[in-house]
Amino acid sequence: MKKVLFRPSKLKIFLLLFSLLFLTNVYAQDEPDLDDTEEIEEVSGADPQKGKELFNSLCAACHKPYKKAVGPALHGITERRDLDWIYAWTKNSKELIDSGDSEAIEIYEEYNRQAMPAFPQLSNEDIDDIIAYVEQPKPEPKTAKKDDSSEVAATGDGVSTEVILGILAFVFLMLLVILVLVNKTLRRFAEANNVEIYKKKEKSKPIWVAFAENQFLVLVSVVIVLLMVAYGGYGYLMQVGIDQGYEPIQPIHYSHKIHAGENEIECKYCHSSARKSKHSGIPSLNVCMNCHKQIAEVSEETATEEYSKEFYDNEIQKLYDATGWDPETQSYTGETKPVKWVRIHNLPDFAYFNHAQHVTVGQIECQTCHGPVEEMEILYQYSSLTMGWCINCHRETDVKMEDNPYYEKIHEELSKKYGVDKLTAAEMGGLECGKCHY
Amino acid sequence: MNEENLNQDMSSEKKYWKSAEQLKENSPVVDALEQNEFVEHIPTDEFLGDKENLESSKTSRRDFLKYVGFSTAAASLAACEGPVIKSIPYVVQPERLVPGVADYYATTIADGFDFASVLVKTREGRPIKIESNKDATSMTAGKPRVHASVLSLYDIKRLQNPMVDGQSSSWTSFNKEVRAKLESTTKKIVLLTQTFASPSTEQLIQEFSDKYNNVEHVVYDSVSATAALDAFEKTYGLRALPNYDLTNAKSIVGIGADFLGDWLGGGFDAAYSKSRVPKEGKMSKHYQFEANMTLSGANSDERFATKPSDQKQVLVEIYNQIVGRVASTNLSEAHQEAVKKAVKSLKKGGKHAVLLCGIEDVDAQLMSLAINEALNSELTNIENPRMIRQGDANKVSQLVKDMNSGAVGALIMSGVNPVYTLPNSDEFVSGLEKVETVVDFALTMDETAKLSTYVGALPHYLESWGDVRLTYQDYSLVQPTIKPIFNTRHFQECLLDWTDNSLSYYDYIKAGFTKRHDGMPWNHTLHDGFYQVDSVFQPSIDASFNANAAAKNLTKSTSSGLELTLYTKSGLGDGQQANNPWLQEFPDPITRTSWDNYLTISRSDAEELGLENKNVANGALNGSYANVTVGNTALQNVPVYIQPGQAKGSVGLALGYGKTESIQEEMQVGVNAYPLYKDFNAVQEVKIEKASGMHEFACIQLHNTMMGRKDIIKETTLEIFNTKDKDYWNKTPQVSLDHIETPVDSPDVDLWNEFDRSIGHHFNLSIDLNACTGCGACVIACHSENNVPVVGKSEIRKSRDMHWLRIDRYYSSKETLIGDYEKKENIKGLGSALSEFGELEKPSEENVEVVFQPVMCQHCNHAPCETVCPVAASAHGRQGQNHMTYNRCVGTRYCANNCPYKVRRFNWFRYNKNDEFDYHMNNDLGRMVLNPDVTVRSRGVMEKCSMCIQMTQLSILEAKREGRPIKDGEFQTACSNACDNGAMVFGDINDKESLVAQKKEDERTYYLLEYLGTKPNVFYHTKIRNTNEA
Repeated sequence: MKKVLFRPSKLKIFLLLFSLLFLTNVYAQDEPDLDDTEEIEEVSGADPQKGKELFNSLCAACHKPYKKAVGPALHGITERRDLDWIYAWTKNSKELIDSGDSEAIEIYEEYNRQAMPAFPQLSNEDIDDIIAYVEQPKPEPKTAKKDDSSEVAATGDGVSTEVILGILAFVFLMLLVILVLVNKTLRRFAEANNVEIYKKKEKSKPIWVAFAENQFLVLVSVVIVLLMVAYGGYGYLMQVGIDQGYEPIQPIHYSHKIHAGENEIECKYCHSSARKSKHSGIPSLNVCMNCHKQIAEVSEETATEEYSKEFYDNEIQKLYDATGWDPETQSYTGETKPVKWVRIHNLPDFAYFNHAQHVTVGQIECQTCHGPVEEMEILYQYSSLTMGWCINCHRETDVKMEDNPYYEKIHEELSKKYGVDKLTAAEMGGLECGKCHY
Repeated sequence: MNEENLNQDMSSEKKYWKSAEQLKENSPVVDALEQNEFVEHIPTDEFLGDKENLESSKTSRRDFLKYVGFSTAAASLAACEGPVIKSIPYVVQPERLVPGVADYYATTIADGFDFASVLVKTREGRPIKIESNKDATSMTAGKPRVHASVLSLYDIKRLQNPMVDGQSSSWTSFNKEVRAKLESTTKKIVLLTQTFASPSTEQLIQEFSDKYNNVEHVVYDSVSATAALDAFEKTYGLRALPNYDLTNAKSIVGIGADFLGDWLGGGFDAAYSKSRVPKEGKMSKHYQFEANMTLSGANSDERFATKPSDQKQVLVEIYNQIVGRVASTNLSEAHQEAVKKAVKSLKKGGKHAVLLCGIEDVDAQLMSLAINEALNSELTNIENPRMIRQGDANKVSQLVKDMNSGAVGALIMSGVNPVYTLPNSDEFVSGLEKVETVVDFALTMDETAKLSTYVGALPHYLESWGDVRLTYQDYSLVQPTIKPIFNTRHFQECLLDWTDNSLSYYDYIKAGFTKRHDGMPWNHTLHDGFYQVDSVFQPSIDASFNANAAAKNLTKSTSSGLELTLYTKSGLGDGQQANNPWLQEFPDPITRTSWDNYLTISRSDAEELGLENKNVANGALNGSYANVTVGNTALQNVPVYIQPGQAKGSVGLALGYGKTESIQEEMQVGVNAYPLYKDFNAVQEVKIEKASGMHEFACIQLHNTMMGRKDIIKETTLEIFNTKDKDYWNKTPQVSLDHIETPVDSPDVDLWNEFDRSIGHHFNLSIDLNACTGCGACVIACHSENNVPVVGKSEIRKSRDMHWLRIDRYYSSKETLIGDYEKKENIKGLGSALSEFGELEKPSEENVEVVFQPVMCQHCNHAPCETVCPVAASAHGRQGQNHMTYNRCVGTRYCANNCPYKVRRFNWFRYNKNDEFDYHMNNDLGRMVLNPDVTVRSRGVMEKCSMCIQMTQLSILEAKREGRPIKDGEFQTACSNACDNGAMVFGDINDKESLVAQKKEDERTYYLLEYLGTKPNVFYHTKIRNTNEA
């Protein structure tokens, strides 16, 4: 696989800006809102808004309105069951099962004999509210609409620009023609009146010949050219093997922007081994599944212009394929396909780097070396990872010695020796070859 | 040669020919041959002349050029891009496993020859190193073989599937077929196994015997301990081996027992070393009577070269003088003197004295037990005998007879390789043909497996569950440290299957454990890896042996010819791990020779037989070949090695070599000595005659003597140590400054300004020459920790060994090195210098003394190597380590030239992924053993001991992370960690409380070549020899 550099073409940016410009308006106009639009009141007097709050606080852990999760999808429940049954089940499902209700037993068996917790605190009205909320019709996927509207907007705009441009070009052309015609006419007048038309004077030496004859100039420019070539060559050679900006295509489009940025998940939640190991560790897939058992699709707001909701949902599906998770039955099939991530940060074998030393002992932010990961849709190598880069940091960074009994003695002695209060990594011996090369 | 030219050019009419055909006039054959460069016509026409074929070909010349052009361009383009590296995380990460952090598991090696409690270091689920289980109560690791066994796990020659009739099969059909055979046979079923010493296996075999009638279990040890077992059984009523604890020994007398080697399973050295370090002016006294030069003899205070028949006389004479006179002996005067001394010492030692006898003879063993009883020796631990040898040579011999008579219906073997190890292997092979069903459980397709119908692929012990009873009281558990790499199964698992037991072997062990040791926590015990029970062995002493008859038997055997003593090397042992390149390249501690076994012989015998050893121009050693005959068995072309200290009239030869089945070609070295191991007796009468040709040894140290050079080895006697001032026996060298003798550690004579090292850690390594037995565990531990490459025999011969740590072995020709030194000092004039130096250089025939000295990079504070490096690849750290930066090194080798200790190693080749060096680093399986924290070096760079900086850095990091100061003992190097003898101690000398700081202040401390002023961070402790009378 070749590395793909992060170089969005100008055209793309241009189009993006244009479509964004128009999109914002479109949103404001057409966005269908679940909360506001056409509420179907299945149960008279029920408040779907209140139902939504209740649903999110009590039910959402196991239920989704339109999709099966730990429990069944709740949309359409009023068609499947009568209201009294729903009241009884919600308040205490165990009781209903024990009473031998065939429907209750059936559903209990279907969902792996996991009884739904009892909610005795809910009144019938509350349950009505929840039903009102879940029985709202499934909203049309926004992204499709969004795409349509943006397309329309873009094309509409495109036509008008072309027209304007066309008219402008036509005007310019006409002006040019007029100019030529006027010139012709004037000449004719001049000839007729015997006015002498100014002629070019004798050809002088071309400037490049003059330049070539001036040896001093030639010498200076040759020197300058050579220096430039050397500078460029050196620069080129020095970047060989440095993959700053390396942004490979990964088997699963994992967005750090969504996880670390929008959802503010702590880096070390997933990269937990950074705390005590030399490796930060690519999280094993069971860590992903801690959350993604529940999150089978992204919310509408997550989708962007570039990546649609379908795209993201498809990526989550890839995770399910890899772990062998079947969202229908909410269970693992046992068939796994480990993901082959493309490693971005590659230190050579002869350099030893330990994450725990920097992250736990040194308390250095991940972003110091890895850059604004929380803003990266696709992760890339932010730092150069050259030895010079390491050494610079070791020279400038103070070692965090406070409250660490390990450092007590050495800090006291060294600060006396150097006459400083804070000690840099370099003063601690962090520039010695053998500290990183063995 | 062209005949025509010859005829024209040469003045004579002489004719040269290669074939009679050439003599004929106008021979068409000769003409044709002379005219044509190639004997056969090159079929160009057939290819190009066939127009039709050529035209129908889709590849035109242009296409060809296109392809060439494209592939060249593609190749050069591809070279510009860095490689894409994939990372594959776990799908479900095992709990508590953190990538990049090592986990340790306690387990036990029990391969029938080596038994030890060990700790296994694993990284990302693969074992990479074996360490000693220091908490264990009995048999903590120690031997090079145990440390190297991790590499045998990744042996590419291992069996990957069960085999039926030479074809890969499945376990289901394997078990089904074997079962059918077992059930149908009417003759007896014989289980021929190694010593498992496993309570659960014993129980299982009992259950198997109950289910199938007429089952017989024969235990077979390839190197037999039958005599010792029989004697112990007869005297104390239990088939076990006596156990000795030498920690508090005052007097040790060894007769033909290499107890620092493999005698009785080995592992006595840690306790021995404790008794050898002088404490309050006292240390143990060790006399050794032996034929071959062994580790035990090399470490003794006084060694008496004694050929095997004389050893028996010595034993009887000691019995005479300690227990009571039983028979008259016939000993030389020197030996009588020696016996007198030994007896005096034993008597003086009293209950702190012990006699260790290795003579393979029941009478001799009975006598030695009686002597120890008479001494009332507390060092003999009768209450807790060793259970690690159970073999019965007589039963094995009987089995071979039964097989040949057709009485055996089924033979099931596990962990043994009798076709290779039995002396009467031919009879066994012919017997196998008469056995209806032959089942063999083996790790590799070895000699026996090849001849078996059913071959069960065994898991390596690092993939296994198990339990081992090491001694009467001490048990040890085996737990897997890696998921089985291949489709392998225990012999025990199949037994469970054959006895309709649905339990897994793990559950079976656990159930048995819970039943036997009620209330003992399983998980906790498994974590520790060992446990001890309170009930001791209650011997029923039967002292009724007929000493007179025994003595008579022992003394009557006098031999006139040469006596051969077969032994096992600390490298290869009984040969199970012959496909292990670390062990093959491990230099024998005594001969310093790797990749070979050889006939050791004394110089005088060699001269008599016309055998010789020669060093060729580049220093490599060559030796004559000899044919060795025992009875009617002859071994052809055995290389001869002249061994100083070998008893006259005796020769030695190591077992375990010469294996050829399932062994990589490079590892097929040496000669198989098992055919000479007649009647399982290690001592045989031999005939030796010279054969033609010279053998090329891979010997890495010339076996000359120290010639009194005291600056390398410092040695003194206990008497001088106790009575004289330090300056007398361990004087700091002096150098001349303005014609004034100044101690070399004075700043006035220092070329350099001293760097302040008092801040932070300052690492030092202490090596005690008294405690070091030269076992070599550190060498293998270093190999495994630091990814040291194996270079092979021919490279070793060129002195291109890569060992970062070597154990130099020095002989001294006089009684002690001091004697040599005095002699050297007294040389006056050229004439006497020539003769006396010559005398010093030649190792004296029999009574040499030996010193072992481990040498690695000395991490000099004023390192000569650092100043000469043009690219500063070698630099000094504040913590005292001399850093070697591989990525900076350009390979000028100035540093190696300038190093006075010769510890730097150059990578002449790329030793990994190179077919020329087809060892473990050349296959994916073998590379799994590499330590991921240490760089694998490439061609053209220098390397050397790093003082295991990856280990010290890790200890520092752990302390920082946990926010605590470092305790003494946390800092370790691979070698100090592997040294159970306490000879190597590593630590921080800025921590004044640390053991190493105390050792540095010791009177015995000296530095290697101190007068050079290199200020090493490795220091040695002067060797003290106990020359006191008794």
